[in-house]
Amino acid sequence: MGKTPVTLVTGFLGSGKTTLIARLLAHPDMGATAVIVNELGEVGIDHHLLRRVDERTVLLASGCVCCTLRGDLADELRDLDNRRARGEIPAFERVVVETTGLADPAPIVYTLAAEPVVRHHYVLDGIVATVDARAGLVEPESVKQVAVADVVVVTKVDVAEADGIGTAVRGLNPAAEIVEAVFGDIEPSRLFSRPERDLRELKFEERPHTEIQPFCLIFDEQLDWTAFGIWLTMLLQARGADLLRVKGLLDVGGEGPLLLNGVQHVVHPPEHLDAWPDDDHRSRLVFVGRNLEREAVARSLLAFNAASL
Amino acid sequence: MCGLCGVLMSEHWAEEGTGRRARGFRVVLLNRVLAHYGLTLSDWAGSVYTLRDAKGRSAVVTEIGSLWSEAEKLAGRPLDPLDPALLAALG
Repeated sequence: MGKTPVTLVTGFLGSGKTTLIARLLAHPDMGATAVIVNELGEVGIDHHLLRRVDERTVLLASGCVCCTLRGDLADELRDLDNRRARGEIPAFERVVVETTGLADPAPIVYTLAAEPVVRHHYVLDGIVATVDARAGLVEPESVKQVAVADVVVVTKVDVAEADGIGTAVRGLNPAAEIVEAVFGDIEPSRLFSRPERDLRELKFEERPHTEIQPFCLIFDEQLDWTAFGIWLTMLLQARGADLLRVKGLLDVGGEGPLLLNGVQHVVHPPEHLDAWPDDDHRSRLVFVGRNLEREAVARSLLAFNAASL
Repeated sequence: MCGLCGVLMSEHWAEEGTGRRARGFRVVLLNRVLAHYGLTLSDWAGSVYTLRDAKGRSAVVTEIGSLWSEAEKLAGRPLDPLDPALLAALG
């Protein structure tokens, strides 16, 4: 049996996470889904709103899963896996973790990647962030959630224009897919097990006077994988807190490119693809960074690569 | 688990699927970087790395992910790959 995909659904308070998940769970394709709901309050409410109370719906209350309850999340994931193996609960093929509105997704990703038993049985499928079209991208928690997301769901587009928020999201995280939703009405395939986005399609715009800047580096020369690993691990140690997201398609000399995907300090095991999508075999790396200069990052990577020759 | 020393091994993403030759090359490259901070690295039986400073202090690290924090402790300063002085030294 392969690893079970885990999707984090994050988003600021009141941005529509629970509505989205409740709607998704009602979809016929989503039956075999376990849900872990995290709430800050003493008495959990969201799991009732999901309208599906069974053994596969777990509530983590009285704390935030990105800080005090990280061990609890790992325990619950292990427990779900054990109970599934023993046939005590209906089988599930996917886990959705709903974070609190104030959660930072990065430490949760770290838990999934670092805890030995959890990483053996589960794999991160993606981070979905909800953003309220009316409220916009104002709160720092919301900005961080969108900056690290794979998919951004703009909610409440029935009562507010989504154009402005779409521009803001693209400016912050061009690699994220943006979908609009009214009352969580979305096809699950738009959020789960999606194909990787072609990084060449992305457009980068200068965001004046903002700390968080996305940028893309393109390299004509082949990159040495050993030098790259040394460079990125050193960069993550030095600037990991400010390197919110890194995605890349690298020419390291094989038939196809190497796919790289990282969230702050966590880099997922790189994947070798069989072939390039077309004749353009240049390496490309997308960064969403805080106070990181594009030229300085490019210069540094090239110097490390040259040291390998 | 390493049978010789009992160190719990973990595969780091930057070291996954690479053989002994790649590990040797990694040590060579790491030493080019670490030399700027007065540190040297050696491979111990292909299982762990030993990091040393000029005063003879040393630290054992199991994988590249934890190498940099140990190197910072021995060097007594942050190690920043964007530092122009380091890049000049590499060139």
